[in-house]
Amino acid sequence: MIALLLRDLKLAFRAGGGFGLGLAFFLIVTVLVPFSVGPQSSLLSTIAPGILWLGALLACLLSLDRLLALDWEDGSLDLLATAPLPLESVVTIKALAHWLTTGLPLVLAAPFLGVLLNLPVPGYFWLVISLLIGTPAMSVIGTFGAALTVGLKRGGLLLSLLVLPLYVPTLIFGAEVARLGATGMETQTPLLMLAGITAATIALLPFASAAVLRINLR
Amino acid sequence: MTLTVTELAIARGGVPVLERLNFALQPGKALILRGPNGIGKTTLLRTLAGLQPPIAGRVEGAEDKIAYASHSDGIKPTLTVVENLAFWSSVFGANDIQPALDAYALNELADRNAGNLSAGQKRRLGLARMLVTGRPIWMLDEPTVSLDKNAVKMFADAVRAHLGQGGSALIATHIDLGLDGEVLDVGPNKAKPKPIDDFDGGFL
Repeated sequence: MIALLLRDLKLAFRAGGGFGLGLAFFLIVTVLVPFSVGPQSSLLSTIAPGILWLGALLACLLSLDRLLALDWEDGSLDLLATAPLPLESVVTIKALAHWLTTGLPLVLAAPFLGVLLNLPVPGYFWLVISLLIGTPAMSVIGTFGAALTVGLKRGGLLLSLLVLPLYVPTLIFGAEVARLGATGMETQTPLLMLAGITAATIALLPFASAAVLRINLR
Repeated sequence: MTLTVTELAIARGGVPVLERLNFALQPGKALILRGPNGIGKTTLLRTLAGLQPPIAGRVEGAEDKIAYASHSDGIKPTLTVVENLAFWSSVFGANDIQPALDAYALNELADRNAGNLSAGQKRRLGLARMLVTGRPIWMLDEPTVSLDKNAVKMFADAVRAHLGQGGSALIATHIDLGLDGEVLDVGPNKAKPKPIDDFDGGFL
């Protein structure tokens, strides 16, 4: 299992591995927002938590189509399915590797991008906390979407259509935490909901992902 | 451990391709699978490897014993030859990769990125993977594609050594490898696609 994680991390950092792609996308989207809505700092600070959450979500989506498709194309997925590792742990490790190479950098970059959008000072802590709790769910849900569409030509587009609705609860409660936090209000309720959604997806979805992967490999 | 196949029927894409397959694969033996293109050799190997369920019949003695080599080798182009092999070795429980490198003369290529290898060299790397799995039953799907004469000999030697250690191999191939083993001819006479009426009957 560790070997698979290390291999996936190594592949992500090597040439063409796609590390930094999501991060660059996140940066560009955030930089473009003031151009489109105007530079009034009061407006920007109102919408900053929502924009940062949406940007992180879309950046997460960007690298999902490579998550299992590359392993499927070169035959590794067939070989992993016949290896002693259960497919459930294969998809969990894949999701973890995706989070480490995409989700975690987004969490770490978010406060710096918050400066660009004039995010209110109390918001930084809650933005990082909400993204830290929310992005693992996005990787796990995304892995499920990738397992559903593996083997399809141009499956990336279908993947986005399938996964985006599933991201809605995470987005609602995650952005709510960041928004309430930025205005200095109580964040406990949405934070608990967000944590609950993440815990449930991590606990349940790997089984669903492994099941659809088995069917798709036939 | 003997692999026993009883009254096996397999399907590709929902269409039955082979029916009533019966054979046993003893330790130390190779079984050469022959038959025209499209007859279901790959489907049979995938079914035995557990990648797809059979539509009827039983496979015994296959659980966690099979190392499967498909048409594609599962090679990551941005990893080196050694990194590719070491990965599969640790997935299957950390076997030494040096014998595998020696068997397929990959030592000179050890630090090259696998993406820069030729088709035949990639195939050799894919076949070397079988040696690091430590699994007793090899399932090889057209293993000699794009191999030169010398590499075919390396492959035959590796299979012979594997058989000598009590392993067994089921090989779908169109060429003569000079191995000691039976030939299982799967022909059109064994492939009996069911009439469509039967399928409808099943649904109603």
